[in-house]
Amino acid sequence: MAHGPAKGIGRWIFTTNHKDIGTLYLWFSFAMFLLGGFFAMVIRAELFEPGMQIVRPEFFNQMTTMHGLVMVFGAIMPAFVGLANWMIPMMIGAPDMALPRMNNLSFWILPFAFAILASTLFMEGGAPNFGWTFYAPLSTTYAPPSVNYFIFGVHIMGASSIMGSINIIATVLNLRAPGMTLMKMPLFVWTWLITAFLLVAVMPVLAGAVTMMLMDVNFGTSFFNAAGGGDPVLFQHVFWFFGHPEVYIIILPAFGVISAIIPAFSRKPLFGYSSMVYATAAIAFLSFIVWAHHMFTVGMPLTGELYFMYATMLIAVPTGVKVFNWISTMFRGAMTFETPMLFAIAFVILFTMGGFTGLMLSIAPSDIQYHDTYFVVAHFHYVMVAGAVFSGTAAVYYWLPKWCGKMYDETMGKLQFWIAFIGFNITFFPQHFLGLAGMPRRYADYALQFADWNMVSSIGAFIYGAAQLLFLFNVIRTIVAGKPVTEPKTWEGAEGLEWTLPTPAPYHTFSTPPEVK
Amino acid sequence: MGNSPVARLTAKLLLWAVAMFAFAVFLMPPLYDAFCELTGLGGKTGGPYRATEAGIDESRTVKVQFIATNNGEMPWDFEPLAYEVRVHPGQPQAARFFARNPTDRNMVAQAIPSITPFQAAQYFHKTECFCFNRQQLAAGADAELPLVFIVDRDLPRSVNTITLSYTLFDVTESTTEPVAKLN
Repeated sequence: MAHGPAKGIGRWIFTTNHKDIGTLYLWFSFAMFLLGGFFAMVIRAELFEPGMQIVRPEFFNQMTTMHGLVMVFGAIMPAFVGLANWMIPMMIGAPDMALPRMNNLSFWILPFAFAILASTLFMEGGAPNFGWTFYAPLSTTYAPPSVNYFIFGVHIMGASSIMGSINIIATVLNLRAPGMTLMKMPLFVWTWLITAFLLVAVMPVLAGAVTMMLMDVNFGTSFFNAAGGGDPVLFQHVFWFFGHPEVYIIILPAFGVISAIIPAFSRKPLFGYSSMVYATAAIAFLSFIVWAHHMFTVGMPLTGELYFMYATMLIAVPTGVKVFNWISTMFRGAMTFETPMLFAIAFVILFTMGGFTGLMLSIAPSDIQYHDTYFVVAHFHYVMVAGAVFSGTAAVYYWLPKWCGKMYDETMGKLQFWIAFIGFNITFFPQHFLGLAGMPRRYADYALQFADWNMVSSIGAFIYGAAQLLFLFNVIRTIVAGKPVTEPKTWEGAEGLEWTLPTPAPYHTFSTPPEVK
Repeated sequence: MGNSPVARLTAKLLLWAVAMFAFAVFLMPPLYDAFCELTGLGGKTGGPYRATEAGIDESRTVKVQFIATNNGEMPWDFEPLAYEVRVHPGQPQAARFFARNPTDRNMVAQAIPSITPFQAAQYFHKTECFCFNRQQLAAGADAELPLVFIVDRDLPRSVNTITLSYTLFDVTESTTEPVAKLN
């Protein structure tokens, strides 16, 4: 019964194969990464010097909004869904995902969602310009007409994410090979299982938030309209009830990737496996009860600020457990520094820095100073870019030989790493200074005293952007002309079921489940 | 696969997603309103209040300040006739706001109150207020808008000053009637 992929374009449109769909997700997310990166380049080019040079302020606002939306919902989330599609069945000994047809649907509605979102750039009144957090009433009363397209796009993305996560939960809970108990699952599977539960819980809340916006904009309701008895602050509560779990939705699968790569290149088993699982679950639980730390300036009572401040600080404990375990895994390991490991180590260092600035921001009295400044921008780029994007890059380099049976160019990979690492830090480290000095985020212009660090930051951004083109080139070159590899284990220290399969991974794997001892 | 474990789990998860959507749209707004009403957070005041014969507490004097703000592009002139009054808790007190429509078209406005500090919100009662209804002014017309309030005798001792702020919204274009109880 084993047969290969269908021929032609139909293979990709009608496929229900988890590897094909994983590939589609990964390429789509990389395309979105380049699009969102292009928006970022427009932002940094405009901010290269004070004053207005390249774009109008209205367009600048559209760029910051679209950059955030495309990167969060188009690049990072689909990238990890793609990794989940490729790796989870191979890691738990399943022949495919549990719901292959829904898998096809959940991918193929995504291009339409982003086509709708991107088309707003060419509409009268322009694209959404109210920031990726789309606070009401800016996104309702004062929104451009294209807001309805934005809402519809978010609905489709949400549906895609919900279907994708239901599929992952169904796969992990029902299709594990005999003997693969929950506590034997690789951490990447664990983190994705927990992430999928978060997604099913909060993506509908996001859909609810945009639905209420839709009603306010078009049908005269007053959910967020003070003139009709509503409350704009309600929007922020609903949004961040989704939004805070969302940041862990983005970072937990990244934790899983790092927990696979660091043991492989340290040639030691992961230190503290079960504490990693419990820490992940603890982070997921805490993510639901800290949302208002994004809203310290709305005029909360002191007790509220104290509660959200302490609850937020509590998240540092399970996160600290994870960082401790990664470092302990490396401790006295026979470490080598191939490209995936370089990205993984950079992840641990830079993510920890982003975590510490997060702790600074969690302190309510000082957050009132940092709120909506470039300090916040620096903070979340340290966790989103050096966290999620670095780990995604590490994952691609780590599993690419298994996927396509070709070895990437190690020198080019390392070169890309160093350009990305240096470029990233030149871009975002100075933004801490800018924020502490009081530069507000989301403006097309700034006061003269911020000029020097902004220029440095822009130069860094162009360097970091160039590293991504090198990444694209390296991956394509590997697929087209990489040195073939055939041994099942690409990496000496790699563990897990996926490395027991032939390289490249056949189109159908584990048609008969493996025995896990 | 009708009744397989995968199908059952999928159905449960789908149901869960629908329930979370319903929670966000149908439960979160009323929960938020109830929570704000209970705590006074957001500084919203209650609807029309029926005065009770609880007597006047002459041992205390509370300063009540008035602020009038126009929302967005609202062109009306809008201000309190007196910027502050001193009242004893339990004593009904009248205040008036002046409003003028300087434009050449008929307009409808809605005033939205907010109390600072929010701890005082549930102790600030209004027996009569222009904010209970929409206010209509013809082009060039003006009006004195009435307000009668009572500061509750149970107002916490720590509160000596209450600021009542009205924000005036232009609702000429809006077709739906406001919900009176939310004012």
